[in-house]
Amino acid sequence: MPNYAIILVIIGYLMLLFGIGIWADHKSGSRWVHNPWVYALSLAVYCSAWTYYGSVGIAATSGVSFLTTYLGPVIALPLWIVVLKRIVVLSKQYQVSSIADFISLRYGNDRSIGAVVTIICVVAVFPYIALQLKAVSETFDILSSGADNNFALTDSTFYIAILLAIFAALFGTKTTDASQGRSGLMFTVAVESVLKLMFFLIIGIYATFYLFDGTTDIYNQISALDGFETLATFENMEASVNWYFMIALSFFAIFLLPRQFQVSVVENTSTAYLKKASWVFPLYLLLFNVFVIFIAWAGKLVLSSDVNPDYYTLYLPLEHGHKLLGLMVFLGGLSSVISMVVVSALALSTMVSNNLIIPYGFLKVLNKSNPESNANAIKNIRRIAIFILIIGAYFFYINFNIELSLFSIGLIAFVIIAQLAPAFFIGLFWNRGSATAAKMGILAGSIITFYTLALPFITDVFIEGSSFTTAGPNGIELLKPYALFGLDFMPPVTHAFFWSMVFNVMFYLIFSVLRKGNYRERNYAEMVVNASSIGELEENAFVWRGEAYKSEIEKVLIRFLGEKNTARALKIFYRKYDIDPHQEEADARLVNFSEKILTGSIGAASAKLMIGQVVKEQPVSLPEVLKVLEENKETISANKQLQQQSYDLKRVTERLKEANLALIEKDQQKDEFLDTVAHELKTPTASIRAASEVLADADDMPPELVQKFLNNIVNDADRLTILISNILDLEKLSSGREIMDKKEYLLKNTLDKAIDGIYQLALKKGVNIEVGEVSNLTLIYDEDRILQVFTNLLSNSIKFVPEETGTIKIDAKLKTDHIIMTFEDNGKGVPKEDMQYIFEKFYQSNNQNIKKPIGSGMGLAISRHIIESHDGSITIDPEFEKGARFILTLKTAGL
Amino acid sequence: MKKLLIVDDEPNIVMSLEYAFQKQGYQVFIARDGSEAMVIMKREHPDLVVLDIMMPQVDGYETIKQIKSDSAFAKAKVIFLSAKSRPEDIEKGLALGADSYFTKPFSVKKLIAEVNQLISI
Repeated sequence: MPNYAIILVIIGYLMLLFGIGIWADHKSGSRWVHNPWVYALSLAVYCSAWTYYGSVGIAATSGVSFLTTYLGPVIALPLWIVVLKRIVVLSKQYQVSSIADFISLRYGNDRSIGAVVTIICVVAVFPYIALQLKAVSETFDILSSGADNNFALTDSTFYIAILLAIFAALFGTKTTDASQGRSGLMFTVAVESVLKLMFFLIIGIYATFYLFDGTTDIYNQISALDGFETLATFENMEASVNWYFMIALSFFAIFLLPRQFQVSVVENTSTAYLKKASWVFPLYLLLFNVFVIFIAWAGKLVLSSDVNPDYYTLYLPLEHGHKLLGLMVFLGGLSSVISMVVVSALALSTMVSNNLIIPYGFLKVLNKSNPESNANAIKNIRRIAIFILIIGAYFFYINFNIELSLFSIGLIAFVIIAQLAPAFFIGLFWNRGSATAAKMGILAGSIITFYTLALPFITDVFIEGSSFTTAGPNGIELLKPYALFGLDFMPPVTHAFFWSMVFNVMFYLIFSVLRKGNYRERNYAEMVVNASSIGELEENAFVWRGEAYKSEIEKVLIRFLGEKNTARALKIFYRKYDIDPHQEEADARLVNFSEKILTGSIGAASAKLMIGQVVKEQPVSLPEVLKVLEENKETISANKQLQQQSYDLKRVTERLKEANLALIEKDQQKDEFLDTVAHELKTPTASIRAASEVLADADDMPPELVQKFLNNIVNDADRLTILISNILDLEKLSSGREIMDKKEYLLKNTLDKAIDGIYQLALKKGVNIEVGEVSNLTLIYDEDRILQVFTNLLSNSIKFVPEETGTIKIDAKLKTDHIIMTFEDNGKGVPKEDMQYIFEKFYQSNNQNIKKPIGSGMGLAISRHIIESHDGSITIDPEFEKGARFILTLKTAGL
Repeated sequence: MKKLLIVDDEPNIVMSLEYAFQKQGYQVFIARDGSEAMVIMKREHPDLVVLDIMMPQVDGYETIKQIKSDSAFAKAKVIFLSAKSRPEDIEKGLALGADSYFTKPFSVKKLIAEVNQLISI
């Protein structure tokens, strides 16, 4: 077939697709363009030239393993639908425009993770695009059977690449908001999906039923060939393991390939479409694979062994002179290339602009200029990115002359893309996963992939006779790139996939557990992981603390959306939440809303940065807030408990108040006592001083008067000594430093000693002392101290009883384990209001001005301390009115 | 002969003061508390009263109030002689109309000098 004819057909075909695209864009509102079928069929962008040609090649050389790529999505279908629905809902809510945007959103709109994902995607997809162009170029050559010419300007593939770039740029960058649907483009993708399946089925039927007599015929013929068994079965365990990994790999790919994310998530207009897609897409994949094995066998039977099995579909009709059929097959392959290249380039360009260029540097330029030029700048970045990607891929293909088969390059791309899987999938279900961990995981996985896949490939191709793959670096066997750590039964791709995933997941988990993300990260993690419950919460009640002004945010919005669009968006916003438009302070809802509508234009990370510039944020984490809400719920049920606690608290407070008052009073009493002590010390001192002064100046004083003054001085000095030792005594006793010298004594003896001591005093005042039944009571105590108590009580009584008629009665009664002693007199007694104070340390009458005959005010306090040191008690009987009656208890010894 | 009344419940101090002032040529009267003091005031109309504050029954504050409220004692000078030595005690004493305030322990000579000065005016 002549070159020009093929080129004309290609141009014609492309024009047709252009036309369909433009038509569909015009009808973007109609049900023709927006329906679940279009969505389901556009998912078939998954079937690239790799599928169209490569499956047959792999079936011809390796048998049924080609199926894995298509069985993965089919087997994991229920999971796929559930997860995809969630991703779609989230992506719509946050105006996600690419896989990089989505992952960066999950990790708190982290700028660097978006960039990392973008780079991974570009690295994976760039050679993949080159592969598609290679397929176009090679099939073109087969079809034209003309001379191979690798010079770009005369190579038709170059022009095809340029046409594809124009196509992608035209349909892909109509609006700056990359999250908005491109109905024209998606419709053409769907049409192409139908065409490529149709053409592939036609060639399958042609091969099976025209060239042979049906499937049985081919089987009978092929089974007669040598080595057939290896092509139709899984011969061993290794192959089965391989199979499982390949299925997992393709399952990841269906989510993570940028073009797949683009059609299934970004271009989705309704989650209801997923229902149809859930059976249409797997059916599509099955149909696509029905004839693969038969075409491969037919090719093996009909064509010579030096023919590249990848292109059996093309060679079969050409071999039999059916050139039109060959052209049709070519157009089918071209369709799969166009959709793959255009959608991939589009997805990558969005990522490159939104996640790489704008957030890193270009943002400043955008910030200053007006909305129209901002929009154009963004569009131009994407257009240039599309051209660089497609044309760059073309030159990549020309200059590196890829040695590997279509299938292998596809698989390598899958392994690289799979590095996003832990961050993506685990992050969807585990809110603890952090941005740092995601980056570390991706990095670790990528390094392993590079070491086990790319590096050996490079050394094998570029270094003659390298022993790197066979013996490992420096001969270290454990580090052999195809058999890392001794794992040697897997084919290179599976092997690389296995180890990179192991390291990736390990790093992701370890770093997530080790280091918690910041509050913003945790907020977003929570929103993604608990998407269903937080869906409504997000814009309405997303807790946010900070400072922002409406006018500032508005300015940012105008820069990207233009004045008209901004005004419209804000109007809707105000109406929706019933907010006063004149309110100058922006709240959390406006901040979130603005970030969301900007995300579509410049990506989540950039939107966050732009809004962040005018917003002063303070950290509040959503999990924290949720916890508070949760606790509130519990509070209601625990209300009773709370009331009880509040009641308890009240009581404690009251008790504290009382204690505080008592303390204050004690403090006052202490001050008063110190005053009293000072007074008591000053009085004898003053007396001594006055007497001394008088004596010093009295030469003519009669000797008996001198003697009297001298006696006074001695008495006052004694008074001072007693006072001082009392104070020290009390101090020692109350601080517990005094050790009691306890021994067994007969109580009567001690009491007799006490009475002997005050006998003279009593006699002088004519006081009668009566002692009751005290005999034979033996107790353990410090006799000196108890003597002090008795003496104190007795001398107090003597002071207060009237002269001549004064009586003191002492009695003791034995109880089970203690004795009760009473000291009663017929003195004036203790006033009722003073009774509770008389035993207190530092107690003196409240009326300080009146000097009480009680003396130092310390006798009873000292007595109390002594009795308490003996585990006893001393009280005053409040009922006794004829005088004072002290009641004293003491423990009996060993009874 | 000038009349002096000493009001204190501390017999030893009273004894010293009685001897010292008699030696100075005063006619000295003694009271053990406020009520006794008022009896002597009415009877003798002393020129000066040396008054303790902390005493049983009627204290020094009450006593000076009674003295100052009776115009019959208008000329009588009062010196507080007390162990209460805080500034607010002294202030209170002077505010009640005392002419002077001595804190215990005190110098007998200085007290004599103060009494001489107050009465000779």
